[in-house]
Amino acid sequence: MYQYTDFDRDFLAERNAQFRAQVERRIDGSLTEDEFKPLRLMNGVYLQLHAYMLRVAIPYGTLNSAQMRQLALLAEKWDKGYGHFTTRQNIQYNWPQLRDIPDMLDALAEVGLHAIQTSGNTIRNVTADHFAGAVGDEIADPRPVAELIRQWSTDHPEFQFLGRKFKIAVTGAEHDRAVTRAHDIGLRMVRRHGQPGYEVIVGGGLGRTPMIGKVIREFLSQEDLLPYLESVLAVYNQLGRRDNKYKARIKITVHENGIEKIRELVEAEFPARRARFNGIDQVLLAKFEAAFANPEFRTASSDVYDVAHGSDPVFRAWADTNLFAHKAPGYSIVSISLKAHGKTPGDATAEQMRVMADLAEQYGHDELRISHEQNVILPHVHKSDLPALHATLKKHGLATANIGLISDIIACPGMDYCALATARSIPIAQEIATRFDELKLEHDVGPLKIKISGCINACGHHHVGHIGILGLDRAGVENYQITLGGDGTEDATIGERAGPGFSAEEIVPAIERLVLGYLDLRDNREETFLDAYRRLGAAPFKAALYPEARADAA
Amino acid sequence: MARPFTPKVVTANALLEGDVIYQTADDRWSRALSEAEVLRDEALAKQRLDFAAQQAGEVVGAYLAEVKIGANGPEPTHFREEFRLTGPSNYFHGKQAETAS
Repeated sequence: MYQYTDFDRDFLAERNAQFRAQVERRIDGSLTEDEFKPLRLMNGVYLQLHAYMLRVAIPYGTLNSAQMRQLALLAEKWDKGYGHFTTRQNIQYNWPQLRDIPDMLDALAEVGLHAIQTSGNTIRNVTADHFAGAVGDEIADPRPVAELIRQWSTDHPEFQFLGRKFKIAVTGAEHDRAVTRAHDIGLRMVRRHGQPGYEVIVGGGLGRTPMIGKVIREFLSQEDLLPYLESVLAVYNQLGRRDNKYKARIKITVHENGIEKIRELVEAEFPARRARFNGIDQVLLAKFEAAFANPEFRTASSDVYDVAHGSDPVFRAWADTNLFAHKAPGYSIVSISLKAHGKTPGDATAEQMRVMADLAEQYGHDELRISHEQNVILPHVHKSDLPALHATLKKHGLATANIGLISDIIACPGMDYCALATARSIPIAQEIATRFDELKLEHDVGPLKIKISGCINACGHHHVGHIGILGLDRAGVENYQITLGGDGTEDATIGERAGPGFSAEEIVPAIERLVLGYLDLRDNREETFLDAYRRLGAAPFKAALYPEARADAA
Repeated sequence: MARPFTPKVVTANALLEGDVIYQTADDRWSRALSEAEVLRDEALAKQRLDFAAQQAGEVVGAYLAEVKIGANGPEPTHFREEFRLTGPSNYFHGKQAETAS
């Protein structure tokens, strides 16, 4: 992992001291709220419905055990004993008090974490494949370049006042687990003539106007990356609209001007930008690559695993659902579900964070990841350690065997916390998970991604859920719209709206009808919900959702 | 014809704690909606909101929220205000916990 240098530590210490002084000046009345707000947002501090919220970046979703323990400390000391992991590989604290936030930031700095640019119209936390460095289908680990982008974008003077926020995601793998096509810029590592480089995707995004990103450059060599990113940002900074917040994201700039024009402008900008890079970025990149080198994997017998898998059905269910193939023989990638049935998606208590930190230290080469699907990953665990690891997870409510299943729901905080929300998300997720647990159907239903957002800003990625749920305020009542057939992978697709929305009481039964309808419609057990939807189209699924309409038509 | 003015209260978040507060008739900020000053006149409501906005050292984001009058005084008419008055639904935190203790 990347270790902070003296420069990083000094920079962060100075920045935190500045913010501490800004908070003091706000409290003593020297700064108005209008003056203070952009300053607090630059440091990840929001004012939500019931309290302040601090959003801490977990760059490319990677943590070591010391960092995870520090996140637990913050939860305990300055919050209500838990934290919420988000779809952008951040953690949010829902209850800090304004006076305490500078202390929280100092505590984060002790372990090389910060909240810089987790809000505001800047380049946000760079996200990456949560299986980075552990999967076999990878050209290279995307985290060194993600770290390069983090350092380049942090406090970049030209990009502190963009027209709107700007999100970058990177993947090194064939299978896209980083939703790169729904980001302002998505980078996919590719090879050409044996040379590694990037496919650059621009103008993706969800929110009010969902768009799948378009390829602006099929192949960009490694050393051209930062000047090319600067060129894209510079073009967006000049051309992007500032007259209307809802038309300010680069997806609209690309949509209104056309990808060809944007490409021409970027290429025109590029030579001058390229000339200013003297190669120091590549020296840094090489250092980061060394820092992110894989740990030394051990060779050991997996007999213990085989015995447990053969004899313990609870372990077997968990192993079959929550493990993913690792590139090293004898190893597994472990997904720890933060989606226990009936609990809040993405929440972990301080105790659970410490347990996961301990497990990472003991069994996982000291590495943890946060996925955009709001789960925690131990990327490198030897199979022989899995029975012991599972036993510990079980003791702490962390052994739910539901990764990729119907109860592994993404949900934004919604109107339980968020000032922007138009309806609640969390209770809907809790009820769906609880209902399908009661029905004992979820393993039979198989892979199915439900994603819930509490407003059109789509933090819950509902557009790319196989089933998406969007909570709205319809004449003063919570109302939930369903979209079908969305996909956030390399085959990225925006889901299609199914029809009229449902009330809070009707939405869970509606999802149940839809899923039971799928079970009747599928060809065989191997055909997933999404496959069946793609084969049959929306009509039979809508018929399951709206039986009255079918009766009316008959 | 202009729509009749419906009763309102001035609400905001406290600067230091960030929690939900309501303006009272005697110019205090209360954690309890039941203590809020109910404003039935549009001009007065605007005046009280302006007064709230001047208290930048104490409050953030003051606005007028619609209420109806129930047994214990003002009550929210919209679910967002209901949640602000109660707290989140996934944990017993926020106002619901403070009132209980």
